[in-house]
Amino acid sequence: MSKNKIHEPLFHIVKRGSLPLWLSWVIRILSVVAALVVCGVVTIVLTGENPIKIYSTMIDGAIGSERRIWSLLQNVAILLCISLAVTPAFKMKFWNIGAEGQVLMGGLATAACMIYFGESLHPVILFPVMIIASILASAIWAIVPAFFKAHWNTNETLFTLMMNYIAMQLVSYFVFLHSNPVGSGKIGIINSATEAGWLPKLGGHTYLFNIIIVAVLTIGMYIYLKYNKHGYEISVVGESENTAKYIGINVKKVILRTMFLSGAICGIAGLLLVAGTDHSIAKETVDSRGFTAIMVSWLAKFNPIYMILTSLLIVFLEKGAGQISTDFGLNDSFAEILTGIIIFFIIGSEFFVNYTIKFRQKDKEVSK
Amino acid sequence: MSNPAIELKNITKTFGNIVANKNVSLTVYSSEILSILGENGSGKTTLMNMISGIYYPDSGHILINGNEVVIKSPKDAFDYKIGMIHQHFKLVDVFSAAENIVLGIDENGKYNIKESTKRIKEITDKYGFEIDLNKKIYEMSVSEKQTVEIIKVLYRGADILILDEPTAVLTPQEAQKLFSVLRRMRDDGKAIIIITHKLHEVLSLSDRVSVLRKGEYIGTVETKNTNESQLTEMMVGQKVELNIERTEPVNCQKRLEVLNINCVNREGVKVLDSVSFTANSGEILGIAGIAGSGQRELLESIAGLQKLNDGNILYHDPKTGKIDNLRDKTPVQIRDLGVRLSFVPEDRLGMGLVGNMDIVDNMMLRSYKKGKSLFVDRKQPRNLAKKIIEDLGVVTPGTSTPVRRLSGGNVQKILVGREIAASPTVLMAAYPVRGLDINSSYLIYNLLNQQKENGVAVIFVGEDLDVLLELCDKIMVISSGRISGIVDARKSTKEELGLLMTKHGGEQNE
Repeated sequence: MSKNKIHEPLFHIVKRGSLPLWLSWVIRILSVVAALVVCGVVTIVLTGENPIKIYSTMIDGAIGSERRIWSLLQNVAILLCISLAVTPAFKMKFWNIGAEGQVLMGGLATAACMIYFGESLHPVILFPVMIIASILASAIWAIVPAFFKAHWNTNETLFTLMMNYIAMQLVSYFVFLHSNPVGSGKIGIINSATEAGWLPKLGGHTYLFNIIIVAVLTIGMYIYLKYNKHGYEISVVGESENTAKYIGINVKKVILRTMFLSGAICGIAGLLLVAGTDHSIAKETVDSRGFTAIMVSWLAKFNPIYMILTSLLIVFLEKGAGQISTDFGLNDSFAEILTGIIIFFIIGSEFFVNYTIKFRQKDKEVSK
Repeated sequence: MSNPAIELKNITKTFGNIVANKNVSLTVYSSEILSILGENGSGKTTLMNMISGIYYPDSGHILINGNEVVIKSPKDAFDYKIGMIHQHFKLVDVFSAAENIVLGIDENGKYNIKESTKRIKEITDKYGFEIDLNKKIYEMSVSEKQTVEIIKVLYRGADILILDEPTAVLTPQEAQKLFSVLRRMRDDGKAIIIITHKLHEVLSLSDRVSVLRKGEYIGTVETKNTNESQLTEMMVGQKVELNIERTEPVNCQKRLEVLNINCVNREGVKVLDSVSFTANSGEILGIAGIAGSGQRELLESIAGLQKLNDGNILYHDPKTGKIDNLRDKTPVQIRDLGVRLSFVPEDRLGMGLVGNMDIVDNMMLRSYKKGKSLFVDRKQPRNLAKKIIEDLGVVTPGTSTPVRRLSGGNVQKILVGREIAASPTVLMAAYPVRGLDINSSYLIYNLLNQQKENGVAVIFVGEDLDVLLELCDKIMVISSGRISGIVDARKSTKEELGLLMTKHGGEQNE
């Protein structure tokens, strides 16, 4: 060592080369374990409850009974459906944060069809009308910002966000017009007597139809993005607009077409929510799932198959957290703290998949 | 020889599995110019970044004036009087030269531009810089900006200067000016390190040369005792034949006629001004010019990516003899006309290829639309990928490796390979060897030559004038968007090209 004192930093961050797949999954699983430990400590410190009991309550809340499992799956289906909808747009690097409004518009169109035509139209005609109306309503909501983006390069983030508020106000107005009983400010169950426009109950299960539709959509979207020419064009436009132009892809057309698709799937989500689950509509029908879907899609790296896992994880945490707050008489916020910690660790694990930390070496004198 | 200004001992730096520097030791004395020579990816820049505090070495020692030091940040480097001039300038466009030079230095907490300008003036007079200190950066040419960068580090009192490929953006005349300034700084006692891969510069400028190869230190030689072929051998590790076999053009016919095209960009600047020329089949037409003189816009106009304000681009079909006007046509329309136009753009990963996609999907860019099927066919692109990997010796773990993971040379081979596979009638290549090692560069030159012999009209935009003179049949010089001359490459000289490059009031900002 030389005379003057050496201040080598304690550690520095180094990018990893490629990591074997299994090891990256070990890191991810470890991060979940670490998250559960931290949650446990937080639970003891803040509430004094036994964390094991809290976790088992969580599991119980999510899958503790047949009814809960169906409810879990139904929520996964809706969240997954919206996630599928935003995915092609996000792959194209079109930051569509307007899924909330797009789904709501689909729901509004569905509800309107059920109210106006529920009694008059035969189901054979009613259902196609509902499907077309909901898809169109959502697609228009998605196409408008896409059109402005394609032609005048407006900021799609602000545009789609603003469209959400318009959709909410439209629904509020619709609810005001058709509130039932009049003046209650709520629509109540639509066609509760005739069940006209309600999606069929397969084998007596209310939600099975929704789940099957979303399963089909998931596989379809996976194939579309991976093997279809459109899917390939979406990737090229998303990765580099210059390359797309160089190769002769009509970028405007791809943006419009992709946002139409994105909106159309939002429309289906709205249809499933209103005609398949709620049989009613309110401003809160989508319940911020338009935003949660963005997280689901990102966490899964835009892979529809992985999205099954990520949407399941998020719904599972939400359901479990809800159960904790009722069972232990804890505030809603506490459950959200736990959910937040777990998601933070999962997202944080990606840092360790990509980087490694090198600590100061003691044996400075010896070099290889 | 005087005292060692900086000594590196056993420096090692890795990025993941890639070893960028392995046990590198070298010494720079004050009052000398040391060239660090090495091919791209040999670890030159990484090594210098460790001296200037951007990276931190995994192991090894750095000694300055005999004392061991730790350089954790660029600020530490400044404290040790080390200044680096990067390839990409770090200047504030709307500030004047003087303002940029004093920016970020705390001079007793007072900002007095007049006082500072006086001190800057002393420096510029001392070393013979030619610069207007009140000129704004955005009005400056690349070479002026570089001068500002150099004065900036001198103003901060740097005794050790590192220049990363300083001549890449200069004309031969400008480079000469820079060299004379550097020599004056050396005589004043500064230690100067210059990173380069241009051999003739090394030989004319430096006192000693240190060679790196694949991250390892190969050796240091006195410039006066060495020659080009010895240095090349040290750099590449084997003897290399540096010959381009230029054949006489045969059966030349008009293939592409560019007539009086004008182009105004979004900022309202005229980037192409009455450009006219003809590219013949069986010929390589070189385009020389300072970077940003309109080369990019010219090629993009032909490829259908640039809107023109005026003029025509006529394509003579070799089979039918039909003449098509390509102006205002999209790339798809041009292809539908039966024009087989291949284009290797300057921006490989931003335009020619998609970095995050694998080799097969990048091959597919050109062919995916073929056929009526809704689904993409990856079989033929995969075969093409395999063929290119084999024929051009692409180093890759496999066909499903994302292109951005490959080294510059291999990326370029993939792109050129794909463009040539389309059996073009016109092949345009912009800076196709930028960043490539010597072997890959010559491979690319030979591919262009083969295309020429096959009767393709080749348009080659290059920056190394020596190569342009050796490879091309005709050289067209572009200056500020105007054609300043078309010369016979077999008869012209570097000096003539250099003069033509700045003919039109010279220099244009990028």
